[in-house]
Amino acid sequence: MLDFIQMVASGIAVGSSYALMGLAMVIIYKTSEVPNFAQGEMALISVFFAFMLLDHYGVPGYIAFPATLAFAAVLGFILEFTVLRRAKNPNVLGMIVITIGLEMILLGLVSWKFGADHKDMPFPISPYESFAMGKIFVSTLEVLTLFVALVMMVTLFLFFRFSKLGMAVKATQQNRSAARLMGIRTNRIMMFTWGMSSVVGCVAGLLLTPVSMEPFMMWDPMLKGFASAVLGGMTSLPGAVFGAYMLGIIENLFGGYVSIEFKSVVAFVIIVLVLCVKPSGLFARHYVKKV
Amino acid sequence: MDMKRDYYEDVKLFTSGVVFFWFMVLMVFLAAYPFLVKNYYVYVANYIAINIIVVIGLNILVGYTGQISLGHAGFFAIGAYGTLILMTKLSFPFLLALPVSALIASVFGFLLGLPALRLEGPYLSIATLGFGLTITRVIGKIEYFGGRQGLHAPELVIGPWHLNTDRDFYYLLMVITVLITVGARNLIKTRVGRAFVAIRDADIAAETMGVNLVFYKTLAFAVSAFYTGIAGGLFAFVLRFIEPELFSLFMSIMFLAMVVVGGLGSIMGSIAGACLLGWLDLQLRNILSLPYIGSWLESLSKSYFSLTGVSNIQFILFGLIMVLIMLFEPLGIFGFWIRTKKYWKTWPF
Repeated sequence: MLDFIQMVASGIAVGSSYALMGLAMVIIYKTSEVPNFAQGEMALISVFFAFMLLDHYGVPGYIAFPATLAFAAVLGFILEFTVLRRAKNPNVLGMIVITIGLEMILLGLVSWKFGADHKDMPFPISPYESFAMGKIFVSTLEVLTLFVALVMMVTLFLFFRFSKLGMAVKATQQNRSAARLMGIRTNRIMMFTWGMSSVVGCVAGLLLTPVSMEPFMMWDPMLKGFASAVLGGMTSLPGAVFGAYMLGIIENLFGGYVSIEFKSVVAFVIIVLVLCVKPSGLFARHYVKKV
Repeated sequence: MDMKRDYYEDVKLFTSGVVFFWFMVLMVFLAAYPFLVKNYYVYVANYIAINIIVVIGLNILVGYTGQISLGHAGFFAIGAYGTLILMTKLSFPFLLALPVSALIASVFGFLLGLPALRLEGPYLSIATLGFGLTITRVIGKIEYFGGRQGLHAPELVIGPWHLNTDRDFYYLLMVITVLITVGARNLIKTRVGRAFVAIRDADIAAETMGVNLVFYKTLAFAVSAFYTGIAGGLFAFVLRFIEPELFSLFMSIMFLAMVVVGGLGSIMGSIAGACLLGWLDLQLRNILSLPYIGSWLESLSKSYFSLTGVSNIQFILFGLIMVLIMLFEPLGIFGFWIRTKKYWKTWPF
């Protein structure tokens, strides 16, 4: 029983970082219908920017981390403005190819600059610190991840619910031409959503750095985040969060009870099974297509 | 001219004598190729031929039927491992092992096609991606398949011939490649190919016109997997050694990139894309030894980047090619070729 709770606890912690990645992807997908495969590498380059500031230039953390978030936002703006907006008659496949291309460019840049070896991020919290809650051990990093993820979710919720900009984003998501007619500059909104999702992804990336930091570190979280977004229906923010925690917990339980070797692929098997029953995810409304 | 007067003219393999002539020239060139170049370039040709087979198979699925697959490395692995296992453990002859393992791959393709009936866009891409990752993981864990150590290819014997060198293997590979290319071209021109295209353009409309979606969508997956399986089986003999790490997600992405760069929905485009990216892939592996730009890149890496990561320039280059092609010429090299042809045909106007 204790094992079980321990596994669920670490599943929730892992799920938090998946949830952030998933949220980032859903934010972009809802506005522009782009499954953003470059999400992980956008976070990666921001994370290495933070590493460069902290390690190479000795910038103190309270400046470096906000600077990284700003960098991530600007990166999102630039990518949307220079690449995605220029796409001629975009379809899903074209968008997937463009974002995969972007991903490879960013990955190549990072590993060209920093090499493929592991780095030690001067992160304020070490991944080995942990404390006991009753009889379960939880690492401080996991608690921090969970906490940050919750804060991000609440912020996003409040942002979309109450702020004017959030309303504009939602309007653009629902109907672009109507939003344009109402005086919303949808192009700017698109750019803004890319920046926002880049920041969310960057936070997820920063929280993953103490465990491992190398150019391929974002592959797995990105794919899992994408998987959980798909599980939740790709267009629903709460769905992505739910999917992420589901995947995190199931993955850990599977790793503990069935087989540790197939732990990282069980998520995809679940995805395929769920999609067979509900083809557009658990929380999305299934639109009937017109010819 | 381009006007078709009856059905048989439409499905004819060679649309004119000129095309047939150039096809024959190409065949003669391919036959003479190993005598004209150094050994390494024969290996390059083999590598590219493998890519051509996969890309044609993937184009049938992506370009003609409009389904997305990010899991073709999985079928490729099934083909490669299937052929080697059948030959070494069950002592099948090569010419039997290759189609049998390709059939196994196409059975998996059929199975993957079943959920694909209801999925599209990002949902389909994540499902196929998961398939590719799972297959390589499973193969890597089973000791019977050599586990992490990988497998060595046995000696290739067909009838009285022992195909030991790249040059010997080249001829076998080229015969298979040409057959399979012609086969794909035929397939596309027939009822099946037209059904694929109809599904791509509007699947619901196609269904109302009497195209059996269940049959044709799974068939597209199965055919595509069959092609990829054949290519995988041959690939095992080009490399002579395979391990699970080879068949990564990156490989699936490369295949998709070749399809897109070459041109969606075009056999000639597939060949062009496979040639271009396959050749670049081999050339960029030792980028610093390239003439002219090698030394410049070296100094650039020393001052601004790191020298250990310089091989990653190929990622950047492939990414750039993919993005630029999608932005400026969504039909890829084939689209470029069509435009140039039109321009010269109607030149003064």
